[in-house]
Order: sequence, then structure tokens, then C-alpha cells
Amino acid sequence: MALMGLGLAIGGPAAPSEKSLMLATTTSVDATSLLNVIADEFKKDTGITLKWVAVGTGQALKQAEDGNADVVLVHARKLEDKFLQDGYGVNRRVIARNYFMIVGPENDWAGVAGAKDLKEAMRKIKEQGAVFASRGDKSGTHIKELELWELVGGKPGKNYMETGQGMAQTLLVAAEKQGYTLTDTATFYGVKGITGLKPVFENAPELENIYSVIAVNPFKVPTAKYQAAMQLIAWLTSPRGQKVIGDFAKNGKPLFEPMAGKPGVDLVK
Amino acid sequence: MIFTELVQAIWVSLKTSGAAAVIASLLAIPLALLLSANEFTGKRFLLLLNQTWMAAPTVVIGLLLYFILSRNGPLGSFGLLYTQTAMTIGQTILILPLVIGFAYTAISQVDARARITALSLGATPAQAWWVVMREAAFPLLVAILAGFARAISEVGIAMMLGGNIRGYTRNITTAIALESSKGEFMNGVILGLILLSLTLGINLLVNSGVKNRQ
Repeated sequence: MALMGLGLAIGGPAAPSEKSLMLATTTSVDATSLLNVIADEFKKDTGITLKWVAVGTGQALKQAEDGNADVVLVHARKLEDKFLQDGYGVNRRVIARNYFMIVGPENDWAGVAGAKDLKEAMRKIKEQGAVFASRGDKSGTHIKELELWELVGGKPGKNYMETGQGMAQTLLVAAEKQGYTLTDTATFYGVKGITGLKPVFENAPELENIYSVIAVNPFKVPTAKYQAAMQLIAWLTSPRGQKVIGDFAKNGKPLFEPMAGKPGVDLVK
Repeated sequence: MIFTELVQAIWVSLKTSGAAAVIASLLAIPLALLLSANEFTGKRFLLLLNQTWMAAPTVVIGLLLYFILSRNGPLGSFGLLYTQTAMTIGQTILILPLVIGFAYTAISQVDARARITALSLGATPAQAWWVVMREAAFPLLVAILAGFARAISEVGIAMMLGGNIRGYTRNITTAIALESSKGEFMNGVILGLILLSLTLGINLLVNSGVKNRQ
């Protein structure tokens, strides 16, 4: 009887072979549920099922190079440029932005809020020996953070904690340790249950966080579904897709600013 | 998390881990029968190897299979990475040593004379094995259930080989990981309780099935 029950479970494990597209992407667009909305609307318009794996930007690009994704949605220009130069990616389009910001404990005991610029903010964290929670996972946010430490001659030697986890978990570590971290605004405002942290340094132009979508080059990775990938890129950069992104809000706060309609954006961002 | 997604995740868990338990048992029980019936040099070493394999971390199995199943890996042309099949393959490999170990112990505890008596009474070798398996029915079921429980509760393999794709490979444990990354801790706890209730239900069903037959 029990074996019969288990036997029922064997059935064909493979998914039906409908039109589908595999996206490798960064954690912030998944943890905020933006991709759920995009996938539903995209399916309505095109009939294509969007599947995705949410990892850091570094790993997303690696997945694509390994032939396990047809398209990527990422946010680390340096890594993206290498991906394009190596021939794995084609047709990069900027689709949205938000900002990174430094968040810290409510009492901001290291006084980061008083810093006059980004460099001073980073120096304060480093010199005061405040706990800094780092993603440590080669994600877009981690890459950005390492750039910021370059401003002050490298990472702090003490109280620098690499979580190796997603943004939300890293924020929780920062909150528990009464420390600081660099986060994207979408995750900070879009994820529940982050308490005890507040933005201490934000709105700096250097902290712009650009999300772009790149198709996997079918000449380099023959298994990549290039046509469907281009359909997704077309959809995301269309007025309709851009509206879906712009309308996406959590707690009444829009999390992503649509960028595809800005003249020349792909040349400079 | 909406209701249909929840049902899908539960179904994916039951299907992939159930299949892993069945496949692992079909491989492990004959192996355990062979092991218990034969004495040969290296047998102790094999059993030791099996014990060691039980401690293989899920992420290691996941990683190895990632390289094998990835599009540019040796079995890449099958396109198995990020499918439920890949999850079942990984979980089968994970629980195989566990089921072998339990099944071997179960069968070893059956009086060796049972098989010999059956044979002397004119049973074919297959029938004699059947007698042994009937004697060990309950501990063998425990072996299968332990394998199933290990498979349905692991998260490393499901995450690395399934990819936590909504509606396709998202199972209960990867859904818990996602919910906690969203800060939805309550959802995670509820999912955990659902998983435990499922396992409880299956165990109750099996136990009552065994009682009824005795």
C-alpha cells in the first residue's frame, strides 16, 4: 500500500516541453518578487515561460558561460564588459536602476551620516573599526563594495565579515551585529523583517545601481535560445515592460526606475 | 506565497524525493541481499566505504553533478540541469548508501536458516530471497522511509541541481530558503511544519499498512 503511494510519485519527472527561457539573475530582483510579476506579464504577452535561477551577478554570468542560461539580468558593469568582450554576451540593454546605500545601526555610532562624501563615509567605518557585513560572493553589490574600499586603500582589517549569502541575509547579519553594510535600495525597502538598520549614506551619484539584460551569444554557446532571449529583451525595453518595472512597488515605494527610454543610456551606463 | 505555488512545491518535493526513494531502494535492496549472502575479501572495506559515503555533504554531490549535467559537461546534451530529474538523480545518490546500510542490517538480522530451509523445501532461489525479504519487511520499510526522509529534507542538492525555479523545481526546502531570503520567516516556519506533517503522514500510513498485514 505504501509502496503504491510511492510508486505514484515516480511519474515522468521532466517538465512538458513548452516554450521556455532560462534567465540567470541577481538575488535582488528575485527577493523583491519583481521577477514573478515580469514572468507573469511576459507569459501573457508572448506565451513564453520565463524560468530563472537567482544567484549573484558573478555566478549568473558563469552559469551563462557554462551554457545553463539563455539570458542574464545583472548589475556589475565591469563583469558585464568582460562577459561581452569574451564573446559570451550580445545585445546588452540597460533596463532599470536604483541606488546603493550604506545602512547602519539606528544610533550610527561611527557617525557615518555626518560624512561629507563617500570616501569619508568609508574611512569612518574603517577607522572606527565598526562591523561591516560584506556579501563576499562576487555579486554586483559585492563588486561595488570592493570599489568603495579602494577609495580608502582597501578593506578594513578587522570586524570585516563576509557572509557569502544573499543581500537580505547579509542585512540581517549587519542588524544583529549592530554593524554597517552596503545594500541596494530595492532589497532594503522590499524585504520584510529588516529592523534596527537605517540608511546612513545615500543619494551619491557614485552609488547608482544599473541593471542590464544581456542575451547569450548563440555563436559562442550554441544551445542558447537566442530568439526567445531577444524577445525578453525586446519586452523588457518596450514601453509596456518598462511600465511593469516602474509600477513595481513595495509598501508604496517604487523599487526600480525604468531606464530603457532614456536617450543614449546604453552608451554611458 | 500563493496557494497554487505552495501546492506545486509540495508536489515537487513528494515527486522528486519519492522517486529517489523508490529508485534507491530498487538498487539498494538487491545489493544488500547480495552483500549479506556472500563473504568475500574486501567486503568490510566496501561496507566502510558505504558508511563514509553516508556523510557526503549535499553540496558536494550537488557540485559534482552540476559539472556532469551542465550544458558543457559530459552529460550536458541531455539538458538535465535545473530539472526535477536532476534533483531525483542527486537525491538518489545521496540516500543510496543510507538505504544500503539499513537494508543490509535488516537482512543480516534474518536467521540465515530461513533461506536454507526454504531452499530445502523446494523453493527456487528467487522464492527463497522473497522469504528473507518478508521476514525483514518492517526494517526494510524503515530503510526506505529513512531514505525518503533524508531526500525530502535536504536542500543543497535541490537548490544546486533544481535551481529553485518557480512552478518547476521549487520544492518545500528551497521555498523555505527563498522565503527566509525575503524575510518572510513565518512562511518558512509554516513550510517546515508542512514538510514534517507530510513525513509524519507517510510514516503513519506505512506503519498502519504493516500492522494490518501482521
